[in-house]
Parts: sequence; structure tokens; C-alpha cells
Amino acid sequence: MANIILKNLYKSFDDFVAVKGSDLVIENGEFFVLLGPSGCGKTTTLRMIAGLEIPTSGQILLDGDDVTFSRASKRDIAFVFQLFALYPHMNVWKNLAFPLKMQKMNAPDIKKRVMEVAKLLQIEHLIKAKVSGLAGGDRQRVALGRAIVRRPKAFLMDEPLGTLDAEFREQMSIELKKLHNRINATTVYVTHDQIEAMTMGDKVAVMNEGKILQFGTPNEIYSKPATKFVGSFIGAPSMNFIPFESEVHEGDTEVLVDGQKLQIPRQRDNSLSPKNFIGVRPENMKLNTEKGIRGTVYGTEYLGNRKICTIDTKAGQLKVRITKDQSVSINDPVQVSFPPEAAILFNGQSEKALMSDQITN
Amino acid sequence: MSVQPSTQRSPLEPSSFSRKSAATIIIIYCIISLIPIAWMVMTSFKSADDAVSYPPLVFFDPSLEGWVNLFTQRTRQPQEYLDSLPPPQSWYEELVRSRQMVIAGPSRFLGRFFNSMIIGFGSTFLSVFLGSLAAYAFSRFRIPLKDDLMFFILSTRMFPPIAVAVPIFLMYRKLGLSDTHLGMIILYTMVNLSLAVWLLKGFMDEIPLEYEEAAMVDGYTRFQAFYKIVLPQAMTGIAATAIFCMIFAWNEYAFAVLLTFSKAQTAPPFIPTIIGEGGLDWPAIAAGTVMFLVPVMIFTVVLRKHLLRGITFGAVRK
Repeated sequence: MANIILKNLYKSFDDFVAVKGSDLVIENGEFFVLLGPSGCGKTTTLRMIAGLEIPTSGQILLDGDDVTFSRASKRDIAFVFQLFALYPHMNVWKNLAFPLKMQKMNAPDIKKRVMEVAKLLQIEHLIKAKVSGLAGGDRQRVALGRAIVRRPKAFLMDEPLGTLDAEFREQMSIELKKLHNRINATTVYVTHDQIEAMTMGDKVAVMNEGKILQFGTPNEIYSKPATKFVGSFIGAPSMNFIPFESEVHEGDTEVLVDGQKLQIPRQRDNSLSPKNFIGVRPENMKLNTEKGIRGTVYGTEYLGNRKICTIDTKAGQLKVRITKDQSVSINDPVQVSFPPEAAILFNGQSEKALMSDQITN
Repeated sequence: MSVQPSTQRSPLEPSSFSRKSAATIIIIYCIISLIPIAWMVMTSFKSADDAVSYPPLVFFDPSLEGWVNLFTQRTRQPQEYLDSLPPPQSWYEELVRSRQMVIAGPSRFLGRFFNSMIIGFGSTFLSVFLGSLAAYAFSRFRIPLKDDLMFFILSTRMFPPIAVAVPIFLMYRKLGLSDTHLGMIILYTMVNLSLAVWLLKGFMDEIPLEYEEAAMVDGYTRFQAFYKIVLPQAMTGIAATAIFCMIFAWNEYAFAVLLTFSKAQTAPPFIPTIIGEGGLDWPAIAAGTVMFLVPVMIFTVVLRKHLLRGITFGAVRK
């Protein structure tokens, strides 16, 4: 097992820059998730770690060794593909044994290893089956098995659950996490699904447009988004952004929105942008009739034990989470308030979060 | 209450009428196309007189004379000499003697036939081998001027190969490649290669990159991944390509006439020159043609499953 360090990694394809200066440290044994919308460069980053793409510039360290330009076959890394890439002309056994054959391992050892892995993944009964006939979940297990069997330094997974049915996906994500806990291997997992990322990752890095925007534990990413994009990408429904047209100065504790003073945590940063944003998560907002931003009810979505209420305000639409018993009807005049500590200010130009008593790092 | 028998069918399925008419058309077409082949087989079993009789004979006494003539050289001898010989050892000797002749030795047909096999299979193998390497490169790598190169390769098929017959003839004579197996293999490979590259590139494009990438991550080099992972999956395309290459090389006549005359002569220029008594020996020619059909037919039948899948490949996604 190994740690993986990316230093200022760049990758461009012709005139398109896919990855713009990524820096990451993935600790030994960590389950690390690269999260981002499609086209954000997360898969390219993963493929560079695997050696399937050569970076335009930058450095990749694997267990302290510089592997930036070394061949995929020399890196001792396993890759689980989105479509599994099980060799269609081989059965399950041969698929599992294929990586071992390369290592010139003798037949009894190969057999032992393959059976071990088959047992671990509970696919012993499928060992003679053709891969084309396997169900999605079983293909997934075989693909994982092929990765594990070699005992590589690290596992790279490119949206391995993306093609599974919703029901299977949940089951497999639990299995995957259990498997990781058992073999404790460094794993880099790419996904666009924030729920997968939050539930499975020890650490999560959020990428967009080729840049790593934030990198931390799932809780840090959720509660202290470093940029406006992270706030809007993580969480369903996403964070509300209330625009206001004034600068922010160090020590500010309130801002003026639509003629009302809203309390915010004491700011430790300046923002000279003429337009800035207050970010508040829907569950931290409250509907009332006394204070806050004025608006009318636009609609509600019923989600079992809670409702998401959309409010039309002069500052744009806001989503507010309310309990299932709270009754609102469309076009009701309401006010939206939030506790000051729930607010995070974002610079309107750089879109970065501003430091405050709440956001300190 | 009577239940109406269901006559409903999917609107996408052809009706039984259109299915029957399609079958009828196909059967008629098959019969028409098979007539020459059937006639050829029949002629090979006719006697020399029956073969050229007018009106043509459909019913006749079968004879193996044509086949015997195909494989032997014979000389006419006077009756006294024939009488002085010991009794014939085999049925074909008897047959030959009944025509006042003795077998002088084997004919050159088998040699020509094997020349065809060597040149046909040799050039097919070489076309597929080189073609699959080139197709893989075109399919996977970023090659400068890739589209232009592909077009250039295709353009070699835009004129009939015989258009360059004279330069090739002179070139081959200078290089000492005239009437050699190697020369013919190179020539047919050259003609077939463009087809092979184009066909195989299409097949390789359809094989997802992930398979090779998986193999490379698993510790294999690109070349190992190519022959362990890509080639087995391109089998369909390789089979289809091999059949097309084989059919061309096997049937090619013009260059064979021009460039081969003895050592490396193939069957197509040889068969029409089979001379019997008083002109062309039609039953022997027919027998030679039937023989000539056999290898390419076996080759096609063996690979036909792939060929069918190959032709519809890409049209239907798995």
C-alpha cells in the first residue's frame, strides 16, 4: 500500500485544458473520493495516476517514487473501469487470473489467490461462468476481484457504480466500503454522485473545470464549502445564495439585503467586489412572519418527512427546508430568516468563501 | 362463445406473404446462380464427346475420364504396343487404355494447385497480419495526417490493379520476382492490404479502449495487450477480412497470366490451357475448375459464421 502525491499536475488535450494544476495528498490506506460534474477533469486526473494519460506538466509520486512518466504496467496500480472492461473472451476465472499470469506466478499460487479473492467477494459459484452472462452486480464483483487479486499499491476506481441499478448501487457501495475496511488499501474513487462521495469517502476533493476547489472530510466540505461552486454542487437541494450589492470589510457583522439588515458572522476578510453572496443551506433557513427576507411561496416539494419550500424573493428564489407538518400555500407572503452562524459569505468575483468567525481556515 | 384465434403480429415483423415471396425470390436466385456450377460439375463427369454435343446433354453416362485426364499425362500408342503390355493395374489405367493411350506420368495440375494454395494463403496471412497492425495503429494512436493517410491507402484501390501491369511486369523482371511465389505473395498482399486496413480499422474502432487499458494496468505491455486482448476480440473482423483477401488472391487471373508461367504458375492461368486430343479437353477443364472451387469454398464455410457477423457488425450493437 502506498500514498499518492500529485504536484501541480496539468493536462491539456490540444487546446482544451482538462486539469489545471492539481495538488493532492492521498494518505496510505485512505478512501479518497474525487467528486465533480462530468467534464471536470476528475477522470483525467485518475487516468494520469494510473499512467493511462501522460501529464503535460507536474509530478506524480507513488509511495515516494516519481512515476509521472512511467508506464501503466510498471506502476503496480489496479484500475476498476466504469464499464468494468472484463475481457469478453475469457471466463470469470481467466479474468481473475489474467493479472497474475503476467507476474509469472505458478499455477497453484494463481489458483490459491483466485479462490481467495472469489471467496472474499462471494463469487465462487461463478468462477466458470462467461462474463457476458453476468448480472451487473456480479460483473462489478469480478472487476473488483481482478483489481484486488494482484494486491497492488493502490486502487483507482472510475465511477464503478455508475452503471448499476439504483438498488444494486447502494448495496455495492456498502460492500465496497466494507471491502476497503478489510483490506485497507489506498483507494481513489471518482464519482459525480455526491451521496456516494459523502457516504464512502474518508476524504473528498471537489473538482470543477479542471481545478480542485476543495479537499477535506465530507463534513468539512458540506459545512464549510470553500467556494460557491462547492456549496451549490454539494447538498440536495443545494445551498442558497443571496446576492447583495456592497463590499465586505473585516469586522462586518451585518449586510444590507433588499433594505433589511441581515446578521452574519464577524468577517475576517475584505471583499472589494461590488457584488457578493451570502450562502445558507436550506435546512438552516426558517419561514416566519416577523423578520428576514420578504417573499411569497412559489411552490413546495413533498419529500416524506420534510418539505422543500421555494420562496420567490427580490433576491431570487430561495429553497427552505420545513417540517412535513408546517403548512404553506402558494402565494402566501412569508419571510425567510437564518441564524447568523449558518451564513457563509462568498466573494462575488473569485467565488471564494470569505473568512469569518465561522470559517476559519 | 368462440375465441377468435389471434392473428395479430408485431407491425415490425414481415407478413407471411412477404416472407414467402422473399423466400421464393431467394430460391430462384440460388437456382439461377447454381446452374453454371452444376453444369461444370456435370461436365467434369462427361465424356469428351458428350461435353461438346449439341443440343447439350442433361442425362448422360457418367465417366471419370475428365478427372483422370486432369491428373495425368497420356500418350497415344499403337494397338500392338498396348497388347504387349501387362494387364492394367488399376481402373484408371484401364480407362486410359480403352482410349488407346498409356499414362506417361502425372500432369502439372497438382503443382499449379499447390502454387495457388501457397500464394493464396500466404498473401492472405500477410495481408491480415500487416493489416491488423496498421489498423490498430490507425485506430488507437494519434497519427499526423491520419485521415489523409487512410484516404491514400484507399486510393490504391481506385484504379484497377491491372492498370499498373506494365510497370509491375518490368519491375518484377528486373528484381527477379517474375514467376516466383514470393513475388506473387507480395503483389497480392499489396493489392489486398488497403482493403484489410480499412475493414480491420472499422472492427478495431468498435473494441472499447478500456480492455487494453485494463490489461496495461494489469502489467502487460501494449503489444501484449494487442495480441492477448484486441486480436481475440477482432476475430470476426479478421475472419471476414481473410475471406475477402483469399477470394481475391485465389481468383486473380490477369497478373497470374502476366507474371507466372511455370514454377509459380497458379491454377487460374493453367486450367484453360489443359489440352486434350483435338483441342480443349472440356471435361478435364471442368474437373480442374471444380477442384479449384473446393479450397476457397471450405475456407468460406469454415469462417462463414464470422463472415455473417462481420458483415452486420456495427449495424447491431451487442
